[in-house]
Amino acid sequence: MTEGSADRGRPQDPAGYRPPRPGTQPDYDAPDYGSTRLRHPLRPLLRVPHGPTEISAPAMSPALYAPAPDMTRHAGGEALGERIIVAGRVLDEDGRPLRGTMLEIWQANAAGRYAHPGDTHDAPLDPHFTGQARVFTDDEGWYRFTTIRPGAYPWGNHHNAWRPVHIHYSLFGAGFAQRLITQMYFPGDPLLPLDPIFNATPDAAARERLVARFDLGITRPNHALGYRFDIVLRGRAATPFEEEHEE
Amino acid sequence: MSGMVATASQTAGPYWHLIDHPEWADLLRMDGPNAGLATAAITLTGRIMDGAGEPVTDALVEIWQADAEGRYDGSFHGFGRCAADREGRYRFSTLRPGPVPAPAGGNARQAPHVALSIFARGLLKPLVTRLYFAGEPLNDTDPLLNSIAEPERRATLIARPDGPARWVLDIRLQGEGETVFLEV
Repeated sequence: MTEGSADRGRPQDPAGYRPPRPGTQPDYDAPDYGSTRLRHPLRPLLRVPHGPTEISAPAMSPALYAPAPDMTRHAGGEALGERIIVAGRVLDEDGRPLRGTMLEIWQANAAGRYAHPGDTHDAPLDPHFTGQARVFTDDEGWYRFTTIRPGAYPWGNHHNAWRPVHIHYSLFGAGFAQRLITQMYFPGDPLLPLDPIFNATPDAAARERLVARFDLGITRPNHALGYRFDIVLRGRAATPFEEEHEE
Repeated sequence: MSGMVATASQTAGPYWHLIDHPEWADLLRMDGPNAGLATAAITLTGRIMDGAGEPVTDALVEIWQADAEGRYDGSFHGFGRCAADREGRYRFSTLRPGPVPAPAGGNARQAPHVALSIFARGLLKPLVTRLYFAGEPLNDTDPLLNSIAEPERRATLIARPDGPARWVLDIRLQGEGETVFLEV
């Protein structure tokens, strides 16, 4: 069965999904990230076996949700900044490509300002950049979009706090339990070791996988540097109730 | 099993509205994926509050639900997205789902429910819960509801009617009256 590319939702992973490996996901309570303080639950979460609600997902077909893979042109002009191409594969933990999966992407402009009324950072808006894209994976799980390298920006978490350069991603996958919102970072960013959001994930290797790699193969001559960012969604459980035997 | 590990979740942050499409909160909209579906609409609404009782005004709320027959593989596109407003309120227009088969299979059924996820600044991964409907007889035998021992905790998942086609479920992220959140 083709994953995610059907015209409507359907149960595709009847055995459900494996739980996350310890340390590879952030906790709700991250003391260095101030906004978690009043927003993390105090009671333990209720673990539920995966049924039809968790193993099915909305089919976000390009017919219903029009693709928009190029953020560099808007309102009749070209966005300012360093043009880049970002590409990668969306796979599950067994290495299977997720086909026809929708990715929503959003980001700040080259000056580090979001085209959002809530962003009051004293940096210029770009009338030719809104910072949003939507793409779908192909049969091998590849996605690709063109954008402007975003800028770093300050935030109020602590004195002299700056977010590392990042691009936001939203993915749906083939099951509701695979839903993921994450951020892609850039290699060599000196702000990464200082960022409480990036560092909220305990496992160092899991953090490093949030950092894109420069890729000469994705780079287009005389046009734009290329970055590779692969995304892995949860793999299927071996048996329907494997999770009940763990922990 | 391969050596790949699922990508870490990161917060949606306060500027996720760049991917907001207010019309997605109306699953039965005329030009949407369910256009032409002859059915009675219901409203699902409520306020999202933090541990200090303050509204979560920047929340991204999503729902995923079955059709009126309890199927996810029918023609109904049961996905919606809503931005919380200045009072922390979400609001969806949708249809009432039917009973869904239980995870254990067989003839067991889950009570009608809507899966609800909250993303926001300060949430490094989504908070997932469910909305059930007060007065639904199947609630008494629903496996998830029955796995919650304390009645006052169970009640945090059950929307109350407010008029004939309007259901209200407030969500408390932390502290007194904290909503039961799910590890899915």
